[in-house]
Amino acid sequence: MKTILSHHQVGISIKRMAHQILENHLQLKDTVLIGLQPRGIYLSDKIVAEMKAIIDPSLIVYGKLDITFYRDDIHKQLHSANKTDIPFSIEDKKVVLIDDVLWTGRTIRAALDALLDFGRPKKVELCVLIDRRFTREFPIQADYVGRTIDTFPNQKVMVYLNKKDKEESVELLEE
Amino acid sequence: MTLSTKHLLGIKQLTKEDIELILSTASDFKDVLQRPVKKVPSLRDVTIVNLFYENSTRTRMSFELAEKRLSADTLNFAASSSSAAKGETLLDTVQNILSMKVDMIVMRHSASGAPHFLSKQIDAAIVNAGDGINEHPTQALLDAFSMLEKFGSLKGLKVAIIGDIMHSRVALSNIYLLKKMGAEVMVAGPPTLIPKYIKEALDVQVEYNVKNALMWCDVANVLRIQLERQNQPLFSSLREYNLAYGISQKLLDSIGKQITIMHPGPINRGVELDSDVADGNNSIILNQVENGVAVRMAVLYLLRPQNN
Repeated sequence: MKTILSHHQVGISIKRMAHQILENHLQLKDTVLIGLQPRGIYLSDKIVAEMKAIIDPSLIVYGKLDITFYRDDIHKQLHSANKTDIPFSIEDKKVVLIDDVLWTGRTIRAALDALLDFGRPKKVELCVLIDRRFTREFPIQADYVGRTIDTFPNQKVMVYLNKKDKEESVELLEE
Repeated sequence: MTLSTKHLLGIKQLTKEDIELILSTASDFKDVLQRPVKKVPSLRDVTIVNLFYENSTRTRMSFELAEKRLSADTLNFAASSSSAAKGETLLDTVQNILSMKVDMIVMRHSASGAPHFLSKQIDAAIVNAGDGINEHPTQALLDAFSMLEKFGSLKGLKVAIIGDIMHSRVALSNIYLLKKMGAEVMVAGPPTLIPKYIKEALDVQVEYNVKNALMWCDVANVLRIQLERQNQPLFSSLREYNLAYGISQKLLDSIGKQITIMHPGPINRGVELDSDVADGNNSIILNQVENGVAVRMAVLYLLRPQNN
């Protein structure tokens, strides 16, 4: 097991990504943030919390999206669904999707399909804590990245951001 | 996260965990049905036949809508306009349909056990949409979902099933489900419409006086008098049935407590249920119909073919 980001580094990365998003989306005008269920939510919650310290919290429009019913491996394995909570229109909005790890790109592919069922966004950006480059199976890239890492397919990236986790960190496991 | 069974033949064959999984998945699908695009691609690669050997409005439309909301391809079969009228057997009909690469079967049949028989002969997943006087599992599931929405839990909930218990597949499925989920169940109606030994067989309370049943319960699930299944007179007239066992607002007012009213439809207004009760504030009859689509989406989603 190898530590990719320590507790301290996770905090810095999240802070930086929150600032970068705000840098590109001044006052979050016409911008909405959407975390991906289930584990992207831990990251998006923290990014939103950081933003609240920087700008007027009433400017933040934040939702959660579950992509279970849009997965492309549904004929191989069923997964349990989570709550989708998007109580606002995304029509003509700039959407920042937030997930913990970008790996094959299949989750984001499904998320784009799911998102389009809620309306036609003006633009979609992607924010991830960990980008496992060289393992992509779709032409999908992130706009905001905590840390880019090189991994083999048999390695596993564990992100500990949940309240239940004693310390926030990102670890690399060999299988 | 899969069901313990390959088919949905009845609630009898489900575990408590199966029921909980179906109901929680149904809640996710109910959210989908509130969106601008009320559709997900989950069953894009699946073809489903709705095989109805008996008439149906709600159930058939609800299943068909559920299938379409899941992006499945659907085929409809009605016995009256098919070669079944020429004498083709159920098994032959189904094998012919399956040879056209159909993946799942939703079926209703007047013979109890018809889907159970089919499930032993074929590979495709079968969803029972009502078999004779045996079971109607998706109705019980949507009833449970509607009660859960209103009460939050089924445990300890007092549910009276009132009316033609003898000929009702809704009653049997509801009893199995409610008992598995820890609710208390009472059946009420005229003695000729309540099977003997039901108390011993299914561990439910039996009451022949509707007012007593209403005073006891939180929820009254009122059933239709199934005249088409009664080949001998079991009560003297519909008017007399209404007087003795029909539920009127006056009767409910005399009890002085709020009772949630359910009915699986179609309602015989003025027989088992008066219009002011069916359309009253405590009626969740149309919620049941609305929830039916989400519950059936959950069942079809969880039983969809897996090829690994």
